[in-house]
Amino acid sequence: MRFILLLFFCITGVANVNGSTPAEVPDTMAERVKACTICHSAEDKVGRDAYYPRIAGKPQGYLFNQMRNFRDGRRYYPPMAILLENMSDEYLLEIAQYFSSLQLPYPDPERIQMQPEEIKLAEHLIYSGYPERDIPACSACHGDVLMGVEPAIPGLIGLPRAYITAQLGGWRNGGIMRGGKPDCMSAIAKQLTEDEVNAVAKWLANQSASGKPSSFDVLSSELIDRCSRTILENGGAE
Amino acid sequence: MKRLAIIPRVSWWKNITLLWMCVILQAMAAEITASEPEYSDEVSYGAYLTRIGNCMGCHTAKGGVPFTGGRRLSTSFGVFITPNLTPDKETGIGRWTQQDFWQALHQGKSRDGRLLYPAFPYTEYTKVTRQDTDAIFAYLQSLAPVPQSNPPHDIFFPYNSQSLLAVWRALYFKEGIYEPDQSKNQTWNRGAYLVQGLGHCNACHTTRNILGASQDEALMGGQIMGMNWYAPSLSSHLEAGSGDWEIDEIVALLTTGVTKRAMASGPMATVVRQSLQYLSQEDALAMATYLKSLTENETGKLPGVQFSVMSGSLRKHLDLGGQLYQEYCQACHGADGKGAPGIYPALAGNRGVIMDSPLNTIRSVLNGGYPPTTADNPRPYGMPPFQQILRNEEVALVVSYIRNAWGNRASLVRALDVDRSKGGND
Repeated sequence: MRFILLLFFCITGVANVNGSTPAEVPDTMAERVKACTICHSAEDKVGRDAYYPRIAGKPQGYLFNQMRNFRDGRRYYPPMAILLENMSDEYLLEIAQYFSSLQLPYPDPERIQMQPEEIKLAEHLIYSGYPERDIPACSACHGDVLMGVEPAIPGLIGLPRAYITAQLGGWRNGGIMRGGKPDCMSAIAKQLTEDEVNAVAKWLANQSASGKPSSFDVLSSELIDRCSRTILENGGAE
Repeated sequence: MKRLAIIPRVSWWKNITLLWMCVILQAMAAEITASEPEYSDEVSYGAYLTRIGNCMGCHTAKGGVPFTGGRRLSTSFGVFITPNLTPDKETGIGRWTQQDFWQALHQGKSRDGRLLYPAFPYTEYTKVTRQDTDAIFAYLQSLAPVPQSNPPHDIFFPYNSQSLLAVWRALYFKEGIYEPDQSKNQTWNRGAYLVQGLGHCNACHTTRNILGASQDEALMGGQIMGMNWYAPSLSSHLEAGSGDWEIDEIVALLTTGVTKRAMASGPMATVVRQSLQYLSQEDALAMATYLKSLTENETGKLPGVQFSVMSGSLRKHLDLGGQLYQEYCQACHGADGKGAPGIYPALAGNRGVIMDSPLNTIRSVLNGGYPPTTADNPRPYGMPPFQQILRNEEVALVVSYIRNAWGNRASLVRALDVDRSKGGND
């Protein structure tokens, strides 16, 4: 008993020596990505002057590509560029894996009033598209349950309307990705009317998230070809 | 009970902060002797030197093809656009000869005799030996030629005049390769050669005069031209002098960007990633030896301002910062400001925090950041950005607090200082 007590004092003694420092730093990814999770938490977050989308559960290749795009200046957002400036591809891939595998419950869908004709318009765009205007169905690339396609196409459900509208607006203005060849989403977004953008954004925000990203083989070769720059080039490179 | 006592208590999420000690040592290296056994030929030796001179750092645009130039360097004299160094005949240096290249590095003159602007650090490169510049040239010529025309410089009047540049050179440019100091040993001289020459540390770690000239080799520290960062003095104990450091620790900082008490951040983190992590052991040791010698004989002084008595209102002011510290910073940096060595830097006694210029500390709070990923630190921990969460006034309060807690003493920071520290993202 005396030995146990002695041992106990030894241990607490050691603990007290280090007691005022932040103890031992956990050797985990969660600890390493605190710089990310201050803005990107389990839910979408609106900061003082910016909007931070949830990144948990998004396809790994998509997250990896976006981080490299920020770092290398293809996707313009200085706060992300500064944070990632000196990170290797290997580490970014590990971070992408971490967030991709993070299973967090989705927030409840929004409840936005929509007119029946607006719903019809949105569903037509989402499931059929307008081939004559070179607009493919959203589901053709983002999966039939719209939860994305592995490895590099993001899901569309579980995002707030404001974010979807802003992203589509960004693509229409060419403001999401800069330089190089225009990407497929930019070309598609430019075809959409204001009403179409609004209808799609509302409709998507009203759905509850369920299911997982679809596998790559659901994509048609035509779309793979059209979007190769976004979804293939280094996409999910390991 | 026993188990409880040894499980470290970690509070997640809420309180997060990390301030890099902003030791911005810049340096690079090369081989004086070409007969190093590890370099089988001139091209691979040149590749090493090119890394150590970090030519790629400036001669590559963000996300661009290496060495094709196009990077914009904004200065108070105008915007310089770096040229294409690949051996493309029309847009690169494919038509250049060894002699042309030597003339550029050693004399600061282009192939056609045009005087070069010292944004290209020939003021330092002039110290590099002919053998080394030839090896760098051989390496650059071995690259795949990439046709890429870059826009011309956009230099303000009157700096765009070649005759003015000639005057500038007469005043500030001294041509000549490095001359060894016979009173010092070979390692020291090798370090001096690298730091003063190819490494062009002086390009950042010195105050430039109104004409943009860095006039000394003393690495006295200064605001980096065209960047909103302060490169601390390498020759002062109050900033980033390393006279009282072990050589191993200086080597570790140069090659991994992280030590128990310091971290490279901002532009220095980039230099470590792009260049210094590739230093050979001998060269890292040489540079560390030279850098250490810059402050070896300096006696330590207490940095910062001294408040003999802290007034009540000042104490109240700092307490407000202390509350913010508790909420956002303490989880990582600790109530005692001691951090977690090698992971979250200590703020107590951290020279990067208490040096005169609060710029780097403010920027670290605003932008956060990760140390460079290097072979020895491939998965670094990071500092979150607080720009999105804290207002300028709050950043000023918390930085004032950490500059004056745990025995630290330094000037207070105002919201205006925080505002001025924004912008200039690299």
